[in-house]
Amino acid sequence: MRSKRFFTILGAAALVLAACSANTGASGAASGGGTAKSYIPVVSKGFQHQFWQAVKKGAEQEAAKENVTVNFEGPENESQVDKQMEMLQAEYDKHPAAVCFAALDSQAAIPLLQKFKDAKIPVIGFDSGVDSDIPVTTAATDNIAAAGTAADKLADAIGGSGKVGLIVHDQTSRTGIDRRDGFLKEMKSKYPNVQIIGPQYGGGDQLKSADLAKAMIQANPDIKGFFGANEGSAIGVINAVTELNKSGKIKVVGYDSGQAQIDAINNGLMLGAITQNPIGIGEQCVKAAVKAIKGESLPKTIDTGFFWYDKSNINDPEIQAVLYK
Amino acid sequence: MDSFLGRLGRPRALVRSDAIQRFLAFGALILIIVFFSITSPAFRQFDNAIGILIATAVVGVLALGETFVIITAGIDLSIGTVMTLSAVMTGVVVTNLGLPVPVGILAGILTGGVVGLGNGLLVARLKLPPFIATLGTLNVARGLALVISGLAPIYFTGTPEFNHALMGSLLGAIIPGLDIPNIVLVMFGAAIVAALLLGKTILGRYTYALGSNEEAARLSGVNVDAWKAGVYALGGLFAGLGGVMIAARVNSAQPSLGFGYELEAISAVVIGGTSLSGGEGSILGTVIGAFIISTLTNGLRIMSVPQEWQTVVTGVVVIFAVYLDILRRRQQQ
Repeated sequence: MRSKRFFTILGAAALVLAACSANTGASGAASGGGTAKSYIPVVSKGFQHQFWQAVKKGAEQEAAKENVTVNFEGPENESQVDKQMEMLQAEYDKHPAAVCFAALDSQAAIPLLQKFKDAKIPVIGFDSGVDSDIPVTTAATDNIAAAGTAADKLADAIGGSGKVGLIVHDQTSRTGIDRRDGFLKEMKSKYPNVQIIGPQYGGGDQLKSADLAKAMIQANPDIKGFFGANEGSAIGVINAVTELNKSGKIKVVGYDSGQAQIDAINNGLMLGAITQNPIGIGEQCVKAAVKAIKGESLPKTIDTGFFWYDKSNINDPEIQAVLYK
Repeated sequence: MDSFLGRLGRPRALVRSDAIQRFLAFGALILIIVFFSITSPAFRQFDNAIGILIATAVVGVLALGETFVIITAGIDLSIGTVMTLSAVMTGVVVTNLGLPVPVGILAGILTGGVVGLGNGLLVARLKLPPFIATLGTLNVARGLALVISGLAPIYFTGTPEFNHALMGSLLGAIIPGLDIPNIVLVMFGAAIVAALLLGKTILGRYTYALGSNEEAARLSGVNVDAWKAGVYALGGLFAGLGGVMIAARVNSAQPSLGFGYELEAISAVVIGGTSLSGGEGSILGTVIGAFIISTLTNGLRIMSVPQEWQTVVTGVVVIFAVYLDILRRRQQQ
């Protein structure tokens, strides 16, 4: 009786496993490396967030075009440094033709990336990339140029003179530094009559950023515009402007998307925002990987582009494709 | 009541049923390994086997401590973030204070022990339900890790010997080619210590006694509160060791890493045949359980199974293991 049950259960377990393998027979075969199609894993910083899903979509579109196989994966949240390393290790064991990688922590990943380098497997960085000289190239948003565009739009909206506030998420991350400097540089060189208040740092926290913006408005009642350098900062500014009943009087420019910014643009609270091009990031990194496999030379960085969106173009298919809610 | 007394009167049957679950778990592990080996050439490589061993090490050590707690019919939800706090403590001591690496390692392990003792006192003295008490410490440890670290990872770049101590391979130096990192040996060493503690010492005997009938243990003169607190402290020490291991592995103390690891550890314990209602379980089972989870995760990853399905499969395996446990109990009655 007992042994009968035992075998029933083992049999059931075997069935479950068999079902899994049947599901994935196609990709499993491709990953074996025995077929002609090159296999390129894309190890990202996450997979659930809309932004990463868009990167995945781009990578898969490009893979279909180039006739290569990709496998997109990433840890459940951006703190799981060790899980990301396990993924990268498993991909290494599959002997891929190249790997696309966005490091959660460059320091932690370097010994493993060295193994890829030693095995002559090209590493392509994307998004924040890897802080090392191992990647042959990095496909990422040019945050300096993007923040420059934000400066242009804001300066135009206030007629090229007056006070504008700058709220940034932090002063140490690459994106924080680049967006701040890109905005400041553009304003200072092109619009000498614009006076910048800040930058102030709100940690990307909506409440904190709102408090900062409020204080800046109180201290400078004649402030004409704001730039919030990421989603949290921008939403904070919108909240501050709404709470002080200044909507319409103060022009707000944001960054990235999310439902709150999309709503704010649609109902006129926000002038517009910069969005990165996650689909382009996915496409470009796979494209670069294919070139690296063929031995073609690549630039050190690849600009994946960005878009300005406002009430006038928010419903364009091109914009809708890169916005997330 | 009748059947309960009946079971108490048949200790041999208990031991045997335990062994059956372990055999089942072991059989399942072999089945998983054979299956992936046949379907995927990448899985069969030595490098990948090492990858699985490393992936098991940290969660395995967390699960060892959790086994003791669960055998007492308790639960410790805080081990994941206690691990984080210990890792950060090691980072603070080694990198920020510049003290020698062994001091940092000791500080990490002891931090775990102290928080574990705190759990024990909350449960044994203040009579808080273990679920609630350790849910509280989960958040306390999570927050403290962020506070102490100053919200940023602490790197061990100045002390490469720390990473090397655990990720280097002593075995590979003796037997060329057998490059099994020391972190794996540490896990097996910890498992042996845990098995001896559970099987050969009075602590182990009281751990089982607390789980099968706390009142009986109390009436026979056992200082139930003290031993219970001790078990939670032991669980904390293992979590502390896990913290040191993960810090060496990622060569940094990541203050936001670790939340959710407690569930992986608990899954390993349960798959290994330790009963959530207490009184039975084994270290060998837990080690096998931890390997089942990591081998399954690795194999599904190697086969490029979409990630969301990997999570589903792991969940199904846990449900399956618990169902087996119930079947087994039913048969005994």
